[in-house]
Amino acid sequence: MKAHASRLIAARLGLALLTLLIVSAVVFGITGLLPGDAAQQALGQAATPEAVTALRHQFGLDQPALQRYFEWLYLIVTGNFGTSLSNSLPVSQLIATRLPNSLVLAGLTALVSVPVALFIGIASAMFRGSLLDRVLNVLTLSTVAVPEFLIATIAVLVFAVKLRWLPALSYLSEVSSFGGLLRIYAMPVMTLCCVLVAQMARMTRAAVLDQLNASYVEMAILKGASPMRVVLRHVLPNTIGPIANAVALSLSYLFGGVVIVESIFNYPGLASLMVDAVTNRDMPLVQGCVMVFCAAYLLLVLIADLAQIISNPRLRQR
Amino acid sequence: MNRPANSSIHHPGTELYDMGLDEVVNDLAMPEPEPELAGPRPGVLKRLHRRFSVLGMIGLVMVVFWLTIAVIGPWIAPYKSGALSSVDVFAGSSHAFLLGTDYLGRDMLSRILYGTRYTVGLALAAALMASLIGTFFGLVAAVSGRWVDEILSRLFDALISIPSKVLALVVIAAFGSSIPMLMGVAALAYIPGAFRISRSLAVNVMTLEYVQVARARGEKLFYIARVEVLPNMIHPMLADFGLRFVFIVLLLSGLSFLGLGVQPPNADWGSLVRENIGGLAEGAPAVMMPAIAIATLTIGVNLLIDNLRRRGGRGQGAAQ
Repeated sequence: MKAHASRLIAARLGLALLTLLIVSAVVFGITGLLPGDAAQQALGQAATPEAVTALRHQFGLDQPALQRYFEWLYLIVTGNFGTSLSNSLPVSQLIATRLPNSLVLAGLTALVSVPVALFIGIASAMFRGSLLDRVLNVLTLSTVAVPEFLIATIAVLVFAVKLRWLPALSYLSEVSSFGGLLRIYAMPVMTLCCVLVAQMARMTRAAVLDQLNASYVEMAILKGASPMRVVLRHVLPNTIGPIANAVALSLSYLFGGVVIVESIFNYPGLASLMVDAVTNRDMPLVQGCVMVFCAAYLLLVLIADLAQIISNPRLRQR
Repeated sequence: MNRPANSSIHHPGTELYDMGLDEVVNDLAMPEPEPELAGPRPGVLKRLHRRFSVLGMIGLVMVVFWLTIAVIGPWIAPYKSGALSSVDVFAGSSHAFLLGTDYLGRDMLSRILYGTRYTVGLALAAALMASLIGTFFGLVAAVSGRWVDEILSRLFDALISIPSKVLALVVIAAFGSSIPMLMGVAALAYIPGAFRISRSLAVNVMTLEYVQVARARGEKLFYIARVEVLPNMIHPMLADFGLRFVFIVLLLSGLSFLGLGVQPPNADWGSLVRENIGGLAEGAPAVMMPAIAIATLTIGVNLLIDNLRRRGGRGQGAAQ
């Protein structure tokens, strides 16, 4: 890795950190600047003003906003997200119990969807304008516009209600064998994959087409390379960067998609934890979950950027 | 003023549809429309046919259908919105209840017709807000100096890296869920996307000669933005508005589905799915019908926009 590439990587890292800082300010601005709300919420409507004031003082809500922000930021950087208001457990502990479940779900989804989407995307780019391409275009265009809960309800209706192959809800305690794993993850993963594959395939197709229009492709065709060879040997190495980008962007959709899917299938992941926190207006827990989501998103984008830099020999060798 | 049109953090909402390269090629292959003055004017149907493919036509019909329902829905509904009209809950389709009944025995067709206003109306208002505000800031960033641009871009990039559903959840956790709040949340979640598109379009237009001429003439920045830049990016912004509308419909119905969107007794299509999810095991139409309504609306808009970009995208071609 030469100086130029390392400088690029350092710049990307700095940008990601800066973005995370702004995100934390925005999140704190939305959730933290409502003085009394947390105290009022914890005590209920019937609380006396004195009790609310006392609790507000205990929570530190009577401090100036900027000071509270920096204290909060310091605590988060040191890994302390505070205490959940609804069950008095440390937020970091709650997140730590749920995060692995969400990661497994996301990992399985990525494992299934990425190869399928790449195949569809590259195939429809290779046969651009053909009937296959048009059909795939309409299919993917429609699938990205369908709400997750429609796909999920159809899946439940078909596989759990009509065919009785799969349970409608996920109980992780039942995971004992590979078959059990399959039974529990099949429907959530399937639902997430539907939208994800469509999105990723569209972006992959666009990335490959972008390269197919380049003049080196024309040259390769003119010298008599077969279409297969043109795509596999000439185009694909050049599209690693854009495709990594497309994959990262689509996977980042997971963070929104899991919110719905985990709730439907009652899957004990981070997103359902956050939805519960929002319903209970448990602010420290909400803040913690959001920061984890955003950090994960930025990490994905960062990895895609790095893949782009590393896969580009011009940046690598200078 | 040659600034890069793209910054490094991307957003699925804006990139998903940016696949216009081959489509533009198709555009050139299309026969030029003959001048309207020569000969008799072609019929309305014929002109429509020239602008719309079959799929685009289907999209147009779906969109117009739901827009009409949003306006006249409550008047043509067979039952009043909250009327408990049957003792039979989760009934299937019958003559009296075309789409069956819901978990309280209310007529599902009427519920959907009343819900259209919430789903379509809220999303339209939010999309309009998002596009207007995003375009405004995009223009400001493009015409004004480096520092303003840099600060605005960083700020919106940060907002983009909060997934829209997560951002919406945060705001609702803080401020609770009401109709104006939902509108604001949806707009807020999609302003950054609109900002990015409009900024990159405006930055491209700013490099064109007529803008340089206007600058040399000594025109004010506001004049340049309004007269020279804005009219040349209106077409792609309209297409973008449609996509934003689709995303907002999905976001709001997702929130309602989680019970955090439109609150009872009012119901948009997402809440209708949530209310009746108990009927899923019986295969009641009350669960599927509202979800299918959402899908027809969003797919319709998508097909329409895909079509407009391919066949009517001359405005976009000019700006790129």
